[in-house]
Amino acid sequence: MAAVSLTVNGKPVTADVDPRTLLVQLLREHLRLTGTHVGCDTSQCGACVVHVNGKATKSCTVLALQLEGANVLTIEGLAAADGPLHPMQEAFRENHGLQCGYCTPGMIMTAVDIVRRKGNDLDDHTIREELEGNICRCTGYHNIVKAIAAGARAMRGSGATSRAAE
Amino acid sequence: MSVTGIGAAVRRKEDRRFITGTGHYTDDINRPGQASIYFIRSPHAHAKIKKIDTHEAARMPGVAGVFTGEQFAQDKLGNLICGWTVLSKDGSPMKMAPHAALAAGKANHVGDAVAVVIADTLAQAKDAAEKVVVDYEPLPAVVDPAKAAAKGAPLIHESAPNNTIYNWHLGDADATNAALKNAKHVTTLEFINNRLVPNAMEPRAALAEYDAASGSLTLWNATQNPHVARLVIAAFVGMAPENKLRVIAPDVGGGFGSKIFIYPEEVVCLWAARKVGRPVKWTAERSESFITDAHGRDHVTKAQMAFDGEGKITGLKVHTTANLGAYMSTFSSAVPTFLYATLLSGQYEIPHIYCEVDAVYTNTVPVDAYRGAGRPEATFVVERLVEAGARELGVDPAVLRQKNFVKKFPYQTSVASLYDAGDYHASLAKALEIHDYKGFAKRKRESERNGKLRGIGFATYIEACGVAPSALVGQLGAGVGLWESAEVRVNPTGSVEVLTGCHQHGQGHETTFAQLVADRLGLSIDQVNVLHGDTDTVQFGMGTYGSRSGAVGMSAIVKALDKVEAKAKKIAAHLLEAAEGDIVFKDGKFTVAGTDKSAAWGEVALGAYVAHKFPTSEIEPGLKEGAFYDPTNFTFPAGCHICEVEIDPETGEATVVSWTAVDDFGTVINPMIVEGQVHGGVAQGVGQALLEHTVYDDKGQLVSGSYMDYAMPRADNLPSFHVDTTVTKCPSNPLGIKGCGEAGAIAAPAAVMNAITNALGTELIDMPATAPAIWAVLHKANKMPRAA
Repeated sequence: MAAVSLTVNGKPVTADVDPRTLLVQLLREHLRLTGTHVGCDTSQCGACVVHVNGKATKSCTVLALQLEGANVLTIEGLAAADGPLHPMQEAFRENHGLQCGYCTPGMIMTAVDIVRRKGNDLDDHTIREELEGNICRCTGYHNIVKAIAAGARAMRGSGATSRAAE
Repeated sequence: MSVTGIGAAVRRKEDRRFITGTGHYTDDINRPGQASIYFIRSPHAHAKIKKIDTHEAARMPGVAGVFTGEQFAQDKLGNLICGWTVLSKDGSPMKMAPHAALAAGKANHVGDAVAVVIADTLAQAKDAAEKVVVDYEPLPAVVDPAKAAAKGAPLIHESAPNNTIYNWHLGDADATNAALKNAKHVTTLEFINNRLVPNAMEPRAALAEYDAASGSLTLWNATQNPHVARLVIAAFVGMAPENKLRVIAPDVGGGFGSKIFIYPEEVVCLWAARKVGRPVKWTAERSESFITDAHGRDHVTKAQMAFDGEGKITGLKVHTTANLGAYMSTFSSAVPTFLYATLLSGQYEIPHIYCEVDAVYTNTVPVDAYRGAGRPEATFVVERLVEAGARELGVDPAVLRQKNFVKKFPYQTSVASLYDAGDYHASLAKALEIHDYKGFAKRKRESERNGKLRGIGFATYIEACGVAPSALVGQLGAGVGLWESAEVRVNPTGSVEVLTGCHQHGQGHETTFAQLVADRLGLSIDQVNVLHGDTDTVQFGMGTYGSRSGAVGMSAIVKALDKVEAKAKKIAAHLLEAAEGDIVFKDGKFTVAGTDKSAAWGEVALGAYVAHKFPTSEIEPGLKEGAFYDPTNFTFPAGCHICEVEIDPETGEATVVSWTAVDDFGTVINPMIVEGQVHGGVAQGVGQALLEHTVYDDKGQLVSGSYMDYAMPRADNLPSFHVDTTVTKCPSNPLGIKGCGEAGAIAAPAAVMNAITNALGTELIDMPATAPAIWAVLHKANKMPRAA
C-alpha cells in the first residue's frame, strides 16, 4: 500500500491505496464519488472523464499515485450541492442531452473542457470533432451537440468555469 | 395542452441526479461486508472441461471461495430458459439445450463461465483466478450460421441434431411460389444482417445479498425487467421461493434489449452470496460485456419480390438462417420468427408472402432481442427489395412505394398482422417535402463536381409494438402474458405515487408518466412520483422493451386513474352532499353540476383518509387503485426515413449528410423525449449500416471485442437529424399511443443501405458498408477516380 495526497472537489484527501489503484477506483471506491463512471476500460468512451489540474482526463487511465498534490474536480464538484447548477449541467437538462445518464458526467466534464480550450462560440462541427473521445449509445449525439453549444454560450460571463482551474 | 400535460415538451424530472453525478446505478451500490466475484471464462469457443484445480487459488489472500461449474451442478439448480416455445414446420418443439449458469463438462463459446473466485477485493479475486488451472480439450467450433447445419459440422448440443433449433415457416408457400412464377419481374437479393453488440454504456452488473435470519435473497441488477428476472430465477432456476427473492433494478444505464434477459452472472452471484455468507458484487468489464451480453441480428437471408406489369407487388418469398449462438437466450426464439416474419408485408399490400426461418446453434455468444428485434431485419428485407425493384423497373422508388401502400384500415396482412391504423402516404409526402427530394438531382451534381458520389435512400418501415396481447402471444408460444400493471396511490395531502411494472433506463418514464397523471388529476408534475424497478414496491410487471411502456404501461395507469376518479367522485359526493351522478371532475376540482359547490382534489384526498364524512360500510377509506391492462392488439408505428449520403471515392468513406424522419407514433406525450428516442435509434441503425462489425474468426474468437476494435458510432460519424411526425391515433388503447423506442433502429439500416447502393450503382454490398468495403466495390467496378 502507498499513500497519496491530493485535492478532490476542493477538499484535501489522503488515501492509502494499492499501487495499482486507478484514479477512478480511488474516486468511486475510496471516496464514494460514484458520479464518475467506467464504460469501457480502454480509454475510448469517456464516461470516466474528470478534470485534473483543470484539464479533462480519463480517470480510468491514470494511477492514483500519479496524482500526488494534484487538484481533481469530478461531476459532484462542478456545482455546489446546494447552489445553482453549472451552466453546462443546465444546458444538458434543457436540451435533453441525456437519456440513461451513464455517459453524462463524462460528457459534461469534457464539454466544460472544450469551452476552456475552444471558447464560448462553438459550431456543430467543432463540437462533434471534440467529442471523439466520448461515446453515448442513447442520444445519437444530436441533443448533446445542441446542449454543449448552448452551455458554452451560457458560460460566457457567468463566471462558471472549471473550479479546479481557478 | 397545459404546460406540463400530454403533448408538452416537459424537461425531465430524473435529469437532476444524472447531471450532478448522484444517480444510483448497480455498481454505485455497496453493502456491508461485500465481496467481489470474478468469473473465469472459457478462452475456447468449444472445449471439453477435463479438470479444474482450485486448490492454490483458494489459499490466496482475501479469497472467500472458489467454485466451479461442477459444484454448481451438484446443488441441483435449474437451467436458464428460453421463455417462448417455437414449433418447427413438422410440429416438433424447438430444441432448447440445457444452459447452466456455470458450465460443467463443456464450454460452448468464448466467454462461457466455468468457475468463479470470490474475494475481499476484485484485485484479489483476479490474482487468485490466475491460480485456477482449467484443463481444456479444445474441440472444433462452428461459427458461420450458414455452415452450422451442414453435414459434418461440430455438434454443440446432443439434444439438437445438426445444430438446428427449429425449421419454422409462416405464410402460403404454394400461392407465393405461383406469384413468383407468374410475375412480370422478380427482384432477388441475398444479404447478411450483421451481428451487433448492444453496448449499453453501463456494463451489466449484479449485487446479491443473503439474509440468513429471514432466508431471503436480494438482487440489485442492471435489468430492464426485475419481475421477470425474479420469476425465472425463482421458478425455473429454483434459487429461492419468489417471496424470498427481491429484485431491484435501480438506475440502469441503457439496455436496448440486452438487459431484458436473465443471465448466468446474476444467478451465480445469488448462489455465491449464500455460499460465502457475504454480499457478492459483479460488474462487467467492457471486454466481458462483448463476450457475454446477448448480441443482436445475425441473419443470412435470400429474398425474392414479385411484381406485375403495373409495378404492384404480387408476392414475397424469404428464407433466413438465424444464428442464435451457443445457448437459447430468454426471448431468442421469438425474434427471428414472430417479431420478424409477421412484419414482412411492410407498409404494402402483398397478397402472398412465405417465409422460412432456420435457427441454428453456433459456438458464439447467444443472440437475442436488440433494439427493434426482428423488425429491423424484416424492414431491411422489404425495403431493400422495394428499392432495388424500383431501380430494376426504372420507377422512382417513392412512386413505387405509393403504388403499393396499404390504403384502407384495418388491413389484414398475409403474415398474420392486422394493421389497425395509419396513413403511409402522409408520412412519405411530408418526408419528401422536408427533405427537398426534388432538389436531390441538383445536390448530386454538386457532389459530382467536388469529386464525390451522392446517393439517396428511403425506408418506409412498419413495426409492431405495444407488446403484447396475452392470449395471442400465448397461442404463439410465449410462456408469459405481456400485459402491464399500475397502481395509483393518492396520499392524504393529494400528492400521488404511481407504481408501474415498466422500467426506465433512459426513456424518461418518471417524467412522461407523471405528465399523464398530473394532466388527469390537475396536479403539477412535481406532485407525482413514479416508482418502478423494485419487486418489493411494485406487485408485478413485465418490464420495458418492444416500445411497450407508453402503449401498455400508460394504458394500465389510465385504467387505475379511472378507478381512482370513480372512487374520488363517490367521496366528493358525500363531502358536497350531492348525488354522485352530479359530480363533475375537471382541472383538479370536483363540482356539483349546475352549482358553485366544489371541492378541490386535495380536500377529497384528505377526506378519503380522514373518513369522517362517508359511510365506510359502503366506501372503504383511502384512495389507492391498481389495474392490469392487457392490450387487444399490437400497435403499428410506421413512418418514412430518408437518408442522403456522400461517398469519397478516394477513400470509400461514406458520410451521412442529411436525415429526415417522419414517424407516426400516434399520440405523443412528450415530443422532446420522443425526438430523442428517434435520434438514438437512428444512430444505432446508422452504426449497424456503416460501422459496427462483430467479427469472429473461424475458431470462434471474437476479434472485435473492445471499443478499440468494434466501431461504435461517435459524434463525428453522424449528422443532426430532421425529425417530424404525422399522427393517426392507435385505436386499440385509451391514449392512442403507438410507441417510439425502436423506430429509428428499424428504419435506419435500410435507408442508409438504399442510399449507399444508390450512390454506388450496385446492390452488392453488405452491412457494415465501411470505407474499405465501399472502396473495394468501387475498385472492382472500376469506378475509381483516374490518376491525376
